[in-house]
Amino acid sequence: MHSKQDKKPSIIWFQGLTCNGNTHSFLNLENLKNLLDKFEILSHPSLPSTQNFNTVLSCTLECDIFIFEGAYDPLMKRNDTLVSKIVEYYAKSTKHIIALGSCASFGGLFKASAPDRNSGLLFNEQEKSGPLLKYESKVINISGCPIHPEWLAYTLHMIAKGREVEINKLHRPIELYSTLAHHGCTRNEYFEWKVDADDFGEKEGCLYYKQGCRAPMTHSSCNKILWNEVSSKTRVGTPCFGCTEPDFPRQNLFATKTNMSIPEDVPIGIAKRSYLTMAGIAKTFHIKRLEGKLIDYKTAD
Amino acid sequence: MARITKQERRVSIILAALKLFSEKGFYITTIPDIAKKVGMSVGNFYNYFTSKDALAKELIMYISEYLGKSIREINDKDIPTEEKIYEIVSMYFNMADERPEMIEYFLRVYLSNREVFEDGCEGMLCVSAFVTEMMMFFDNGVERGELHNQDFFSAFGLFMGYLGGMVFLFGEKILPEPLEWYKESISQNIYNALKTR
Ligand code: SF4
Ligand code: SF4
Repeated sequence: MHSKQDKKPSIIWFQGLTCNGNTHSFLNLENLKNLLDKFEILSHPSLPSTQNFNTVLSCTLECDIFIFEGAYDPLMKRNDTLVSKIVEYYAKSTKHIIALGSCASFGGLFKASAPDRNSGLLFNEQEKSGPLLKYESKVINISGCPIHPEWLAYTLHMIAKGREVEINKLHRPIELYSTLAHHGCTRNEYFEWKVDADDFGEKEGCLYYKQGCRAPMTHSSCNKILWNEVSSKTRVGTPCFGCTEPDFPRQNLFATKTNMSIPEDVPIGIAKRSYLTMAGIAKTFHIKRLEGKLIDYKTAD
Repeated sequence: MARITKQERRVSIILAALKLFSEKGFYITTIPDIAKKVGMSVGNFYNYFTSKDALAKELIMYISEYLGKSIREINDKDIPTEEKIYEIVSMYFNMADERPEMIEYFLRVYLSNREVFEDGCEGMLCVSAFVTEMMMFFDNGVERGELHNQDFFSAFGLFMGYLGGMVFLFGEKILPEPLEWYKESISQNIYNALKTR
């Protein structure tokens, strides 16, 4: 028999307004079984669970971790129960609340569709005014559209080990969201020398000036903890859409917003004047190796 | 008498050279001419600048920084873009009036003797302070919804080419009126050409 300390932390994974993206992403976790062994899954939309959904809705269960996926819609019902009632019950009784994905964190795509009604659990975009304000100390936001499975795995492992997950102002784990999506991109050298890809999907060139890449303004670890362990959006030539940020989704995701050819947003923490000075100087030089196809470039030796 | 610092000496060489280069031309002016004008020996001159080309590059940076600083002061003001245009035009024309050697140098030496600036002063390298400040100006104008969003160089060329052209006409003594007289109408024209449509 297990002693009380051995008891695995229990999880209820509950869905609000969602496309299931985070559920699906999580199923791609490399060592899913390993992680699941450490928890008791009371309820999950697609994994074997020990409780049925109606029991979850009856608000009689207790869980250690309440994972909420999707945007919060105060009028939404699951079966005949208001989601607001369920969220309130579990938020009060659980130890940890994980707002999973950008919709649960900030409102995301579903907030964009009904801005006056839908929100994240704790935030309305960057404004802390969501329904779980009372329980704010329990809330961890894992933003992303969808989240990388490792981001949730990291958070759950920390909780299972009884370690504190340090969070920033937007309640995101600093371990995962201190870096920018730009860190580790294989196109960094093109960014330095301001050589941009002219077309979508090219192997060479940076996507910042023309293709809409938001990575220098986006907190995430997409180029550090790779997707499917092999790649990332920017590595394959798709601009970062800034999906982890409170202002996601923006308009025109495949184009850089410019004012007279000058990017409206510059990398986080860099004054625009400094950025423009550096960029102008870098653009002055023409680096042959970076201007053509890499495989065509012949070195002297 | 207070001792002149090395930096002050450098500036006095820069100012003397600016005058000579723009009056006599870059190639005709020699290092002994410049040394003589500041009252130093030719040998001592080389303690400050290694060659005439190196000095030429310093001069363009000096002008670019001077312009950049003046435009930045205007950019930092919380006033409509239309007024900023007037202030930039005024600043530029005042400079052409009071320190004609600066603009003369830019137009007659920098733009006309590219070979001198090819190595180490190409592209934005020596004019970055000025061009960056113009970028800040345009960026802000579009952000405020006051300027039409278009290609940077199309707008930059219209603005600076126009001013350069007027100063050139002024220098050639073709303008019937003093530069001051044109500030208002030229600012209006620039604003009309660049404003949101
Ligand atoms: S493509 Fe995006 S992430 Fe990659 S270097 Fe360019 S700006 Fe950074
Ligand atoms: S690269 Fe950008 S858009 Fe893509 S998943 Fe990462 S943060 Fe989101």
